[in-house]
Amino acid sequence: MPTYTDMTRCDGCGECVDICPSDIMHIDPVYRRSYNVEPNFCWECYSCVKYCPQHAIDVRGYADFAPLGHKVRVRRDVDKGVIAWKIRYRDGREKAFSFPIRTTAWGSIRPPADYAPPGRHELDSPLLAHEPEALNIAALPSLSTPNEKV
Amino acid sequence: MARRPETRFVDCDILVVGGGFGGCGAAYEARYWGRDLNIVLVEKANVERSGAVAQGLSAINCYMGMQWGENQPEDFVRYARGDLLGLVREDLVYDIARHVDATVHKFEEWGLPIIKDEKTGRYLREGKWQILIHGESYKPIVAEAARKSVDAVHNRVMVTHLLQDSKRPNRIAGAVGFNVRDGGFHVFRAKAVIVGAGGGSHIYRPRAVGEGMGRTWYAPWSTASAYGLLIPAGAKMIQMENKIVLARFKDGYGPVGAWFLLLKSYATNAYGEKYEAAHLEKLKARVGKYAESTPVPTCLRNHAMLEEMKAGRGPIYMHTQEVLDSPEKEMIGWEDFLDMTISQAVVWASQNIDPKETPSELITSEPYVMGSHATCSGAWASGPEDIAPGDYQWGYNRMTTVEGLFGAGDTIGGSAHKFSSGSFTEGRLAGKAAVRYVRDLRGETPAIDEGQVNTLRETIYRPLETWRVGRNEIVAGTVSPNYITPLQGLQRLEKLMDEYVGGYSTFYVTSEPLLKRGLELLTLLKEDMAHVGAEDLHQLQRAWELHHRILTAESVTRHTLFREETRWPGYYYRADHPDLDDAQWHVFTVSRYDAASGEWQLDTLPVHHFVP
Repeated sequence: MPTYTDMTRCDGCGECVDICPSDIMHIDPVYRRSYNVEPNFCWECYSCVKYCPQHAIDVRGYADFAPLGHKVRVRRDVDKGVIAWKIRYRDGREKAFSFPIRTTAWGSIRPPADYAPPGRHELDSPLLAHEPEALNIAALPSLSTPNEKV
Repeated sequence: MARRPETRFVDCDILVVGGGFGGCGAAYEARYWGRDLNIVLVEKANVERSGAVAQGLSAINCYMGMQWGENQPEDFVRYARGDLLGLVREDLVYDIARHVDATVHKFEEWGLPIIKDEKTGRYLREGKWQILIHGESYKPIVAEAARKSVDAVHNRVMVTHLLQDSKRPNRIAGAVGFNVRDGGFHVFRAKAVIVGAGGGSHIYRPRAVGEGMGRTWYAPWSTASAYGLLIPAGAKMIQMENKIVLARFKDGYGPVGAWFLLLKSYATNAYGEKYEAAHLEKLKARVGKYAESTPVPTCLRNHAMLEEMKAGRGPIYMHTQEVLDSPEKEMIGWEDFLDMTISQAVVWASQNIDPKETPSELITSEPYVMGSHATCSGAWASGPEDIAPGDYQWGYNRMTTVEGLFGAGDTIGGSAHKFSSGSFTEGRLAGKAAVRYVRDLRGETPAIDEGQVNTLRETIYRPLETWRVGRNEIVAGTVSPNYITPLQGLQRLEKLMDEYVGGYSTFYVTSEPLLKRGLELLTLLKEDMAHVGAEDLHQLQRAWELHHRILTAESVTRHTLFREETRWPGYYYRADHPDLDDAQWHVFTVSRYDAASGEWQLDTLPVHHFVP
């Protein structure tokens, strides 16, 4: 309803609580497992489904327009950099797709402070970090119609 | 929360509010130029999956391809200008266009899989401006770069208000908010603040009801804080009437770009007729030359669809079955949804729709308030020094009319079609400019007023007390004569905006009498917000999100009333001024709200054209 948590699989670790952009996955105080406290603020973004280590969370499409009997399941393999989808139709048909999610190792991005520091006067130029090189053209374009036009 | 919340002071040079694409870009660039500065990012959710791109994206919609001579920034200005029927800040649009390629190249270097054309080795074009990506992890990749750029990330802290400098009027001094997990009161003292908060979903009643109300096109956590934070700070806002309506797959709101542009699918009415051309011909009488813009402006395409629906010739269908003639194309079609709108795949699976065999319904969405997509609501901002005309420029790029307050993404008005890459790029522009601003301050630090902070502290937590008291007066349930819940307030807002300010239930039609009645009802809602009750910290977040939405809604309503023309048929209609009026209204609408008096001032600002 849109997301729901399987009672037997959830171990109450709270990963879904930590990741949910809508802050709607909470831990039930009695069962010590997660549940969706506000299905009407769920975007079906699948963040909790993807980040659950126990694969305990699933989605049942919004009741006001999605008939029962479907499944859209996902495994996001961070190490392999691949996401795999399995879709089961209400009438039983199935489809499977997988797509790459990242071409580099997680954590490999070079922080901006690792680059040689720019000179003080460069702060006054219109160039941003790594420009003009990162543009793959010779120079940053500009218009020849500045202030005097107005 | 029985105990009095702990107060936490955070001192920094640059505070970035909101960790979406605008905020992440700001954090990265501020660090590049300000190695010794203390830079802090605050986000109400978790920066790993927050903002409009939390779910992922299947395309980057703003990429010039200057390295291959595909497009120049001037071309992009002409495109954005045409799409918005003439009203854009050309300096801002140009500025994003000339930098955006470097941003995208950096994304690829960081690990974002961008799909290539096997023959040419270039990025595979979905359309003239769009390139295809495997973008499920687009946000986590960009978030990694942002986390590595800042001294601290404060996740799960909802910023409710910006702080004014106590020494100098109209200067920023920081922000306050609360931790959604432990209730702690956060006071950020900063020399410069960059707001990269979100645009507005749930300003208007969504088409989906009940459980499905979360399936808005724009994320439900895009709570108009971009405007709700800036308006009470006294920043000038422009084009708030320029709300957007999206033509999308029905109910799931799956994207249509890849279908129209790459797969060359097409839409018809229920009788198989392609309807657009005939309506565009008729539109010439209402919008003149703008009906001939290429490509056809987004709002005018909406208009054509609406005319068909009104005439009872719906459902409107996208003929997916005509184009999915290979496994590769089928995969592209599905990935388009699975990367960014999984709900549409859920709709297909639940309704037994195989796009290879069956066409899918299209619909126009409820309106949204945004500055990053195909509309340009937001703050009036200073433009780039080397391009902006004199009256568009006051010292620092992307600084608002409040000194030291910068913006990016949905926050900045006048510059449509930024999307993800452009919003990140605008964050970078603001980040660099904020470093310059802080350097120029030369030790003259803004100061916060303790009285102001204490008042805000009382205000922020009051909904918890309101609920605690009111709850004990009733046996159980949600019906109280003394308070409303955030959801009750939100649904009242959505209903009145829908019925009076041009929502889907009136086919986006409004008028002066409707708008004035809407303002009366909004005033009553604002009064009732003094009695909003929150049963826990999560509901306290909802209460403050609603405050931001209501202020935004009022701004939208006042701007819509002020612009006496129908500039963008298909986004909304002023029934009492049904035509586009270039003689009077080829201008930006601008408002300033005075928080002390509660008064709004509306005026116009010139639209300068300097790209031929």
